[in-house]
Amino acid sequence: METNLAPLLPSAEVVLTALSVLLLDLFIRKDEKGLLVWISLIGLALAGGMALFLWGSHEGAFQDSILLDDFALFFTELFLGAAAITILSSVHYVRETNIHEGEFYALVLLSTFGMILMAAANDLILFFLGLETMSIGVYILTGMWRERSQASEAAMKYFLIGAFATGFLLYGIALIYGAAGSTHLGRIASALGQTKSHGSIILSAGVFLLFVGLAFKVAAVPFHFWVPDVYDGAPTPVSAFMAVAVKAAAFAGWARIFLYQLSPLQSEWTLPLKALAILTMTVGNLLAISQSSVKRMLAYSSIAHAGYLLIALVAGGESGGQALLFYLLSYAAMTFGAFGVLIALKEGENDHEAYSDFAGLGFKRPFLGMAMSLFMLSLAGFPPLAGFTGKFYLFRSAVVAGHIDLAIIGALNSLLSVVYYLRVIVMMYMEEGGAEGKPFARAPYLYLAIAIAVLGTVYLGVLPAPALDLSRISFISLH
Amino acid sequence: MAIGLTHYLVLGAILFSLGLYTVLTRRNAISVLMGVELILNSANINYVAFSHFSSGNVDGQIYAIFVIMLAAAEAAVGLAIVLAIFQLFHTIDVGAVETLKE
Amino acid sequence: MMEQFGLLRFIPLIPLAGAALNILFGARLRPQFAGFLACGAVALSFLVSLAVFWLLPASGVFRDVLFIWIDSEPFKAQLSFQADALTAVMLLVITGIGLLIHVYSLGYMGDDEGMTRYFAYLNLFVFFMSLLVLADNLLLLFVGWEGVGLCSYLLIGFWYEDHTNTIAGNKAFIVNRIGDFGFLLGVLLLFWEMGRQGVWTLNFSELERAAHLLRPESVTLITLLFFAGATGKSAQIPLYVWLPDAMQGPTPVSALIHAATMVTAGVYMTARLHFLFSLAPATLAVIATIGALTAFFAATIAVAQNDIKRVLAYSTVSQLGYMFLAAGVGAFSAAIFHLFTHAFFKACLFLGSGSVIHALGGEQDMRKMGGLRRYLPTTYWTYLVAALVISGAPLTAGFFSKDQILWQAYASPNGSTQLWLLAWLTAGLTAFYMFRQLFMVFHGACRVAEPAKARLHESPAAMTVPLVLLALGSIFAGWLGTPDFMWGSVWDPWLQSVLGVQEAVDDAAPGGELFLMALTLGIAALGFLLAFLLYGRESRVAERIAATTIYRWLAHKYYVDEIYDCVFVRPFTACARWLAQIFDPGFIDGFVNGVASTIRAGSLSWRRIQSGDVQHYLFAFLAGTLLIFAYLLGR
Repeated sequence: METNLAPLLPSAEVVLTALSVLLLDLFIRKDEKGLLVWISLIGLALAGGMALFLWGSHEGAFQDSILLDDFALFFTELFLGAAAITILSSVHYVRETNIHEGEFYALVLLSTFGMILMAAANDLILFFLGLETMSIGVYILTGMWRERSQASEAAMKYFLIGAFATGFLLYGIALIYGAAGSTHLGRIASALGQTKSHGSIILSAGVFLLFVGLAFKVAAVPFHFWVPDVYDGAPTPVSAFMAVAVKAAAFAGWARIFLYQLSPLQSEWTLPLKALAILTMTVGNLLAISQSSVKRMLAYSSIAHAGYLLIALVAGGESGGQALLFYLLSYAAMTFGAFGVLIALKEGENDHEAYSDFAGLGFKRPFLGMAMSLFMLSLAGFPPLAGFTGKFYLFRSAVVAGHIDLAIIGALNSLLSVVYYLRVIVMMYMEEGGAEGKPFARAPYLYLAIAIAVLGTVYLGVLPAPALDLSRISFISLH
Repeated sequence: MAIGLTHYLVLGAILFSLGLYTVLTRRNAISVLMGVELILNSANINYVAFSHFSSGNVDGQIYAIFVIMLAAAEAAVGLAIVLAIFQLFHTIDVGAVETLKE
Repeated sequence: MMEQFGLLRFIPLIPLAGAALNILFGARLRPQFAGFLACGAVALSFLVSLAVFWLLPASGVFRDVLFIWIDSEPFKAQLSFQADALTAVMLLVITGIGLLIHVYSLGYMGDDEGMTRYFAYLNLFVFFMSLLVLADNLLLLFVGWEGVGLCSYLLIGFWYEDHTNTIAGNKAFIVNRIGDFGFLLGVLLLFWEMGRQGVWTLNFSELERAAHLLRPESVTLITLLFFAGATGKSAQIPLYVWLPDAMQGPTPVSALIHAATMVTAGVYMTARLHFLFSLAPATLAVIATIGALTAFFAATIAVAQNDIKRVLAYSTVSQLGYMFLAAGVGAFSAAIFHLFTHAFFKACLFLGSGSVIHALGGEQDMRKMGGLRRYLPTTYWTYLVAALVISGAPLTAGFFSKDQILWQAYASPNGSTQLWLLAWLTAGLTAFYMFRQLFMVFHGACRVAEPAKARLHESPAAMTVPLVLLALGSIFAGWLGTPDFMWGSVWDPWLQSVLGVQEAVDDAAPGGELFLMALTLGIAALGFLLAFLLYGRESRVAERIAATTIYRWLAHKYYVDEIYDCVFVRPFTACARWLAQIFDPGFIDGFVNGVASTIRAGSLSWRRIQSGDVQHYLFAFLAGTLLIFAYLLGR
């Protein structure tokens, strides 16, 4: 039997890079650690090149438990990009905080590997292993700033709730395995048709436990409580990585499992999912309003955005899938940007994450001010930025699927969100002080990351057509 | 009385509930970790039972080995985090660690 | 008939480039240069607009496709511009009056340190506003719609050192978002309803062709939602509250954004979508009623104001009400005509008031003015002209455009006597509050405090030249649309290509228009007379004291004032004051603020749920899971 290794190429490249970073880290001097950044970036670029090269192929490996299709490749590119931006924006941060550089980059790469597996997995057990690889990496990343007690606290909370959720997920997969006789998604789907009477309650219970486990990963209310504390305590680049990549990986799994393979069961979960979407949007936005730390506000805002993304899952179908993938792209650009500006305000041990730290930023640092305004406006859904186009498609998919109530609640929520996003802009342009005379980080990598995010936010808003096409093609490739 | 699938499933469910109870009520971080282990092992019982009784293949038993391995990895990370918490907070009471809130 | 016209894109792009240059390199340029750069950009844009205006063939449309913006089958939206007669008129107003106001700002903002920032925002505004009118689909229009709101917000809070300005900016922004929400819902609903008929488009011309497919009740809902958006942007009841506060911004901004252009976006949108509105008679009735009521209420409130700019702000709200009244009775062309003439005279009034404020070093209270005629002659004369125009003095622009609206309100099939009556009373009030203001500011004894009085001066040429041009425009702009018994209208036939042929007015009463015109003139004259007797008399009094005996004057005053006071002034001003002070801030502001503070309080108390204890989070997790299972079992 010949084993087809092609589907593993990009992820194997990422693992190899991680291992080389870990090994090299042992042998180089402290002032040469910059080399590790370059190795990681080159490795990611190589993996990205491979994914690009494989674009359009459609094959499986290891008894079809891993699939190589455009959907998997789309998410592979998204995760690789996210990892690259995370590394770019953390170079300065890890030096300031004495986080061990080599391990940090290696863990980012290993988590990325887990995510790529999640997006490509066609078997629940493989999906689960990918998810755990990702999660364990991120648990450690969260607590890596050892001197800071909040980081350890965040790591503990994340770990405990994460392990708890893992238990639910695993138990759910066990039930599905029992009812369908297999964990292979294709065979589960075909079993769905036959065993309507016998295993149906066990199967439903399993599917719902899986549902809960994924709802935890995307931070849907009421499984969201860890988000503010963990994002707040974690090193800021890691928060950005969690907000974008971890969430995207969970949504990738959700799309492949629920929107495609288990779609015959769609009518069963539409109602709870809808309730989840409404709760998530509303609670996220409502609680973001009264925050005094921008970092915590961004955490709540990421909850709200998860709620918007859930709209696409409720809507389902081609338009829902397209909207989901496109919004993940837009969300990645603007969220990385916002966290990037937050990192740029860091000064030694102090984080400067309160609203008042943004006072007068617009004049002191015109680039940071302009970039942050763009990200805030985009997150609030202002045209013609990425956030607007993304939301337009999300709401459109809801309308097309007949959930006009969801579209209305979503629009109301984005109206509500303007209040707190605008506050940042008001602070930057209409208040004085705060940023006065503070030494700003000279961090070329970080500024590069922010500039990329600016370009992405504007590009996806003004010229969304290519990205929309890409999203549609990727989603269709599932079928 | 022959021991059948149902018995194993009930045992798994009882173990799962005990795990839940431990995680939710124990204040000691180590105990909470043990509760998590219970939950994972309850799933293992299900895998092995299903594999033996209904699916007709050994996949489930292999998955159980995967999960044991994974539980070990989780335990390592979890214990490291608890150690860090003890160094910084001088307690391993999970309820006492609450500087991040609201 | 569509023609490609590649120059169209430059109308918005040149001001955008100006704004970008000023933002990026402004700090390194001399402030004066930033101003010239901005003026140059708008001037170029104005020239292109003129070219469009001249070259546009009768009932033709220019198009300029940049690229495909969104392309996902079956829906497709292009980033493309389109100019027809309606757009051409709007472009002339935006770039033409915009240019004058840019030049004026050179003088007005001459010594402000934030000049670069100011001109960058102003250019950005011209960009978004021309985008709004050039858009060939609803999505692009919405980009402009949101963009102008953002610029307005930035400019209201321009002097951010004063915290009330920031608050006013926020209020404008939030109130506008409420309207925008309605607008967005309208877009979604229209998109959905059209999609059900198999037409996936938001392009205006395609929508117009497919409009008949819509069900009547959904058209009504959609147009009502669109109108909700218009009430926010164009300051109609109940969302007008932000406009008076918006006067905290620099005066040229009030003239450009809050009088001539941005606030008319709602009227423009209504006219642009006239094919939808015409299908919804119920919505039209709502629009006409709200327009007439807004016109009347805002005019009564204007009567009791003492801040020179607030009078003008309420006057703007009132005039916008006229425009919606016209749109509501189906006379879209009359609405756009009044929009056009209003842009001239209201910009002139605002810039005039800016000249006064500039001369007084920032004073805005009319009770501390008076007799400024001698110190600011050019300002006075232009102000007088504009006041005459807005009051509807014969043969001026305001006379013709207002006459059209009143006539349509009465005689159009959708009109009624009640609507006409409200509009007619408003005409009288308009004359009254305008001349009250004119007399308080420019006539009578000078009440200016001493140090400021010594520094009184006429404004520089950069400010007076735009004033004179605008005053001339106020008189002559109206000659484009005279009634049929004069030389007729060149306006209506021209706009007919876009807005369709208006339903013929019932000609049962020949000379009816002439009669109504006379009535309007009558009440305007009455308003003027009242203003003169109550506020303008001091100057005449001064002459009389010299001419006649003090005794006769005293007796006379006693007698007349007593009657005025009891019969007219007291109940009237009390009523107006109640509207201004209780109803306006108390009721509507209270409602808006109440909603905001409820949300904030809710947010504050809810955040306690986040207790920090990880086991509470686990409990919530389990509770959520159990709820989902309960649903599963109970299904």
